Amino acid sequence: MLMQSETDLSGPSKGNAIPVIALEGVTKLFPGVKALSDVSLRLYPGQVTALVGENGAGKSTVVKILTGIYQPDGGSITLDGTAIAFPTPQAAGAAGVTAIHQETVLFDELSVAENIFLGHAPRGRFGLIDTAAMMDQAADILRGIGAAIDPTHKLKDLGIANKHLVAIARALSIDARVVIMDEPTAALSQNEIEELYALVETLKAQGKAILFISHKFDEIFRIADRYTVFRDGELVGDGMISAVTEAELVKMMVGRDVSQIFPTRTPNIGDEVLAVKGYAHPTEFADITFTLHRGEILGFYGLVGAGRSEFMQALFGITRRSGGTTTIDGTTIDIRSPADAVANGIVYVPEDRGRQGTIGALPIFQNVTLPSLGRTSHSGFLRLAEEFKLARDYTERLDLRAASLDTPVGNLSGGNQQKVVIAKWLATQPKVIILDEPTKGIDIGSKAAVHAFMAELAAQGLAVIMVSSEIPEVLGMSDRVIVMREGRMAAELDADDMTPETLVRHAAGIKEAPPC
Amino acid sequence: MTDRTRFIPDRLQSPLERHLKSWESLLILVAVAVFIANSFASPYFLNAWNLSDATFNFTEKAMIALAMALLIISGEIDLSVASIIALASTAMGAAVQFGVDTPGLVLIGLGVGLICGAFNGFLVTVMGLPSIVVTIGTMSLFRGISYIMLGDQAYRGYPPDFAFFGQGYVFWVISFEFVLFAILAVIHAILLHKTNFGRAVYAIGNNPTGALFSGIRVARVKFILFLLAGLMAGIAAICLTSRLGSTRPSIAFGWELEIVTMVVLGGVSILGGSGSILGVVIAAFVMGLVTFGLGLLNVPGIVMSIVIGALLISVIALPRLWQTWRG
Repeated sequence: MLMQSETDLSGPSKGNAIPVIALEGVTKLFPGVKALSDVSLRLYPGQVTALVGENGAGKSTVVKILTGIYQPDGGSITLDGTAIAFPTPQAAGAAGVTAIHQETVLFDELSVAENIFLGHAPRGRFGLIDTAAMMDQAADILRGIGAAIDPTHKLKDLGIANKHLVAIARALSIDARVVIMDEPTAALSQNEIEELYALVETLKAQGKAILFISHKFDEIFRIADRYTVFRDGELVGDGMISAVTEAELVKMMVGRDVSQIFPTRTPNIGDEVLAVKGYAHPTEFADITFTLHRGEILGFYGLVGAGRSEFMQALFGITRRSGGTTTIDGTTIDIRSPADAVANGIVYVPEDRGRQGTIGALPIFQNVTLPSLGRTSHSGFLRLAEEFKLARDYTERLDLRAASLDTPVGNLSGGNQQKVVIAKWLATQPKVIILDEPTKGIDIGSKAAVHAFMAELAAQGLAVIMVSSEIPEVLGMSDRVIVMREGRMAAELDADDMTPETLVRHAAGIKEAPPC
Repeated sequence: MTDRTRFIPDRLQSPLERHLKSWESLLILVAVAVFIANSFASPYFLNAWNLSDATFNFTEKAMIALAMALLIISGEIDLSVASIIALASTAMGAAVQFGVDTPGLVLIGLGVGLICGAFNGFLVTVMGLPSIVVTIGTMSLFRGISYIMLGDQAYRGYPPDFAFFGQGYVFWVISFEFVLFAILAVIHAILLHKTNFGRAVYAIGNNPTGALFSGIRVARVKFILFLLAGLMAGIAAICLTSRLGSTRPSIAFGWELEIVTMVVLGGVSILGGSGSILGVVIAAFVMGLVTFGLGLLNVPGIVMSIVIGALLISVIALPRLWQTWRG
């Protein structure tokens, strides 16, 4: 299937051919929010179009319209110049539009071929699945994307990278003409990213139109032919990638110049507020000892699995420690639950916003006031006016974008959900705030906003612990860094000793710098 | 769109507007329809004393349904409530044989309910076992103890003043049970909708992990909810035992499913996280009116359960079908 489409789709001329699929003047309304306002997007055969925009700019709404999940409230979709509608995801699939998501659901106990063809397997006599044909076709598709995977193997026997390739093969198993890739490299290592680029080139050569959504500018400039920029649900620019610079793209995206990535700040470090001594856990970490001062940002760096989040969750009372003490303002406290931690002024912004940070079905104001109900209520009885006031105070300080404070948090974009989590904790007037990968998966504009806000919090005297796996972020924000390796503190570095090399060396456990 | 500080309104829809479009409004329509149908179907229906009798069909179950609604909203369930009634009633019956007076019997009824609730709560929150498994187990356990104590016998001989709880009238046709249910409903409604505790119940039901990470004492809230369910079962046991005047081990057999039906019919999501006490109260009236109306028409019990089942499925399925048709 894949091979056949190669011949009849490669257009005669490159340049400005007829788009395979085009959105013209599309508008999408949600209660109280205009998610898309009169936007246009054209995807050309054999070309990669990068869709760029901050979180909440409307990128995922466009993807959902293209794949038939949402219906536009205005405007038109054309396929090969003919107007078309995608009332269902099946209709979009039949027209050859397919999407590779960040997390495609796959089934461990099924074979690779069954995963690829789940729901549309080739049928033989009596409508039964024609296993032989399915294996052959799966092998063809896998070969087409350069994946050396045996289609008869069970999915659970594959590594992460190969599972990702199976997800891509699944997206291509329908006769795809338009391939949407939504942050396809977010979970990949450098080698795997190179393989993905090669795959994109293959798909281009087959004449497929590719929509590539990414926050990473290096990859946009490496593989995209065209760009389209959205801001606040509106189209702010499009054209050939060769005719634009990174700075221009960033400016279009955020609507202002982003000259510096990290805020310059003069740390004003005060008294000791937190002292952790000998924290230990039966399996995850041991011997964690450090102090933290008012106005200080303490970075925690380490490789994935070094025990940083596990330690933070123990400090916050989620998991039980097997030893160690916590001292706040000179008083030793026994934290046995998050409620104890919050009562003592320690709060935690988790990495997993959707599951741990927010309660998606509850409105914004209830999420914000949840740990502060003791202050907004009167002897245990709710006072809604006080709740709205508190929620308003803190969400407006964070420049939250929402239709109303009564909107369920689950309806907000990732960046805005993060703002709700931070607002929730600031409303408790904490002494120590722990931020676990605070900018993971959010775009440049929001990242800068979070960094600026962290600097502001520290300047106001809050003690900040920042867990991060991004070296530039650790170096750019921290006054001091603790490097963890295999559950132990590998190093504690002052501003003078903080270099990318020392961080990596301690995190990886290399004793001496390698000889040059 | 470009200015960085914008005013965010509190609400786009007033709470009243939301209520008018709600499940509760639909249930009230159903209740009115059943009421009208009953008054046409039987000439005996529109009679103050008959209507008063009708309330006995549901008040005891509805008391437990109030606490069950909170449990189900929090994402847990207690299927042992009917067996708690049996055990509490058996304990009271046994106490009567030792000459315990009415205040003592009430304390025993409430105490057994609380102890059973605490046992369920301990297994779920401290041992970390799933509540559906735990309470299926204690459902057999609690009633099993009643069977061991009573066999095929019955306890009788309750003191005369004990009869007031299940047979007494506060004013004209208004029974003590009905007044008690109304008071308990108001208390539960305030607890769920107007207190910090109720907010925590919704938070836990929607996302227990998120609630824990927000500093909610999840285990404590759930333990209190199991205690509450046990206490309500204890109160129901006092009313039911008083009304029947005797205790057999099969007392209140199968009530747990009727109670869960009442809660779900009242619009509480069986997956947790949403629902209201008002809905459960209206659902209790709907079920009471339906069974009483069918009783007046001499419809056998087995047919009644078919009607209740059909009512549950249709009331739940119809709005969903309607939404699908509307597109």
